[in-house]
Formats: sequence, C-alpha cells, structure tokens
Amino acid sequence: MQLIINGKPRDFDSAGFSVAHLVSTLALEGKRLAIECNGEIVPRSQFAEKQLMDGDKLEIVGAVGGG
Amino acid sequence: MSDLLKIADKTYHSRLLVGTGKYQDFAQTRAAIDASGAEIITVAIRRTNIGQNAGEPSLLDYLPPEEFTYLPNTAGCYSADDAVRTLRLARELLDGHKLVKLEVLGDPKTLYPNMIETIAAAKVLVKDGFDVMVYCSDDPIMAKQLEEIGCCAVMPLASLIGSGMGILNPWNLQIIIANANIPVLVDAGVGTASDAAIAMELGCQGILMNTAIAAAGNPVLMASAMKKAVEAGREAYLAGRMPKKLYSASPSSPSAGLIV
Repeated sequence: MQLIINGKPRDFDSAGFSVAHLVSTLALEGKRLAIECNGEIVPRSQFAEKQLMDGDKLEIVGAVGGG
Repeated sequence: MSDLLKIADKTYHSRLLVGTGKYQDFAQTRAAIDASGAEIITVAIRRTNIGQNAGEPSLLDYLPPEEFTYLPNTAGCYSADDAVRTLRLARELLDGHKLVKLEVLGDPKTLYPNMIETIAAAKVLVKDGFDVMVYCSDDPIMAKQLEEIGCCAVMPLASLIGSGMGILNPWNLQIIIANANIPVLVDAGVGTASDAAIAMELGCQGILMNTAIAAAGNPVLMASAMKKAVEAGREAYLAGRMPKKLYSASPSSPSAGLIV
C-alpha cells in the first residue's frame, strides 16, 4: 500500500499494518515524535492498535532548534 | 533576595528565556544555554527526517526535557489553524506539556505578527487547556485583549524578529506593562546586552531571545553577557532609578570643609 508521509508518497510491500509497525519500519523507535494521521493526532498509547490504510496521510514531527 | 518569575503557577529563577535555533551545532547550543542560565527554552516543531539518519543525535539528547522547561513554538505558522495544529502536536510530543509559545506571522519578509490570527488561535488554545505565552505586536490594546482571553504571558516585540534593532518603542512597552496583570516579556529584537538591560529596567518580567546570542561572534560569551544584563536590568528596576534632571546643584562630595 502507499502512504503519504511528511508530504512524500511511500510504498510498502505489506498492507494494513499499525502505526507502531510503521514507526519500527522507519527506524524511528525510541525517538520522541508525534504523529498525525489524516489531520488527527494518534496518541502514542494508540500506536499499536491504530491501523493504517492505503492513501493515509501521515505527519511525523519532532522538536528541532528554534526561537 | 527571592525574586522569582512566575508563569502559569510555576516559578523560575531565570528571567532570560532562550531559543535553540541558528547555532553551529548542538554542543554550541548547549554551551550557550548553560551560560545563559535559562530554564525555559523554545523549540520548533518540524517534520522528522525519515530514513537517512537513524542514529543521528537530536536536540533533545543535548537538552533533555527533564532538565529544562520546553516552550514549543509555532514559528513559521501564518494562520490560526496551523498554529493550533502545531501546538497540539507539540503537546503530544512532549507528553501533555501545556506551556507553549504562540506566534502567528503575517509577512515572510518582516516576520511581523498577524494579530487577528494570533487572537483567533489564542482563544482556541486557552479553551483547549494550553498555557499560552503569546508573541505580539507592541500594541497595548492587543496585549490587553490577549490577557483577557486568558493567555498566561504577553510577549511584545522590541523590534522585528532577528533584526537586533533593540527597544524601538519603550513608551508602548511601558503602557503594556502598566496595564498588565500577567507577565510581560520582550520577545524579539534584542541585539546586545544593553538592549536586554533597558527592557528589564522598563519593568519587563523577562526576555526571550535567540538570534542575539546565536548570531553573536562568540555565542557562549554573549549568553553570559545577556544573563548579567537581564539580572542587572531587573535589579535596577526593583531598586528604582534616580530621577533624571538637566543638571544638579547637589554634588556627591560635601560642600563644607573645602580648603578654599
């Protein structure tokens, strides 16, 4: 399936996996981040249960230097 | 003497709040922030780089959220909706953290704030339970309205973001301070230590700065200078300055006992 992650399309071999699976696939485990799926925040406590579907738009953000 | 800065029911020893952007690297960021003595540090919320940098250190490794009070900002947002969305992500990112810096810009060239969008965002955020420190123009009416909405601090600009032009309208700042029942902090425009001291002498509760330190020739040394300037300005404000007069017939040395 295809997901739009941070504005860029990305293809995955499997379909119907969880946000937790995506985080691990992207090697982002243990990083402090926040995720939005189709404009809705996915709380960290729901990463394991939240299933992703083809075409979902995800924003994965972190804290960076800024004023 | 106990003179603490109180924001949203939490107290701080340092009245200098600093940004974490524009430094050479994270080590310099950390060294400058240590020299500044700041307890509250601003961060921006941005898309994470996917894939290419799994083991790369992050800002949070150098500035652990357990050591500092993070103040996530909405830099780069030009609408109330974008600002609210950004801070909701920040709250999730920082485990329910409520203290935030709201800024909604109106013009990419000057970075002047858009106060109509700022006020709209402030209403939503306050209702949503955020403690909102708000960057704003130095308009006393806008500052008062933001207070009435329920913001926990107003942060008028001294001059434009990144300009280093110093305190351009001390009169407006004085009116804002005199009318406020919440802390007033100068945010943006400070260029060097004397600017920080002047802002504090006017009665500001604190100062937020980034570029003045990060873009200095020696950022760590400037951070130290800013720490002292903020402390000096605060003490001068509390002490109360002598009245200004064109000249004085009262010399500091005794008039009696002269040998002539």
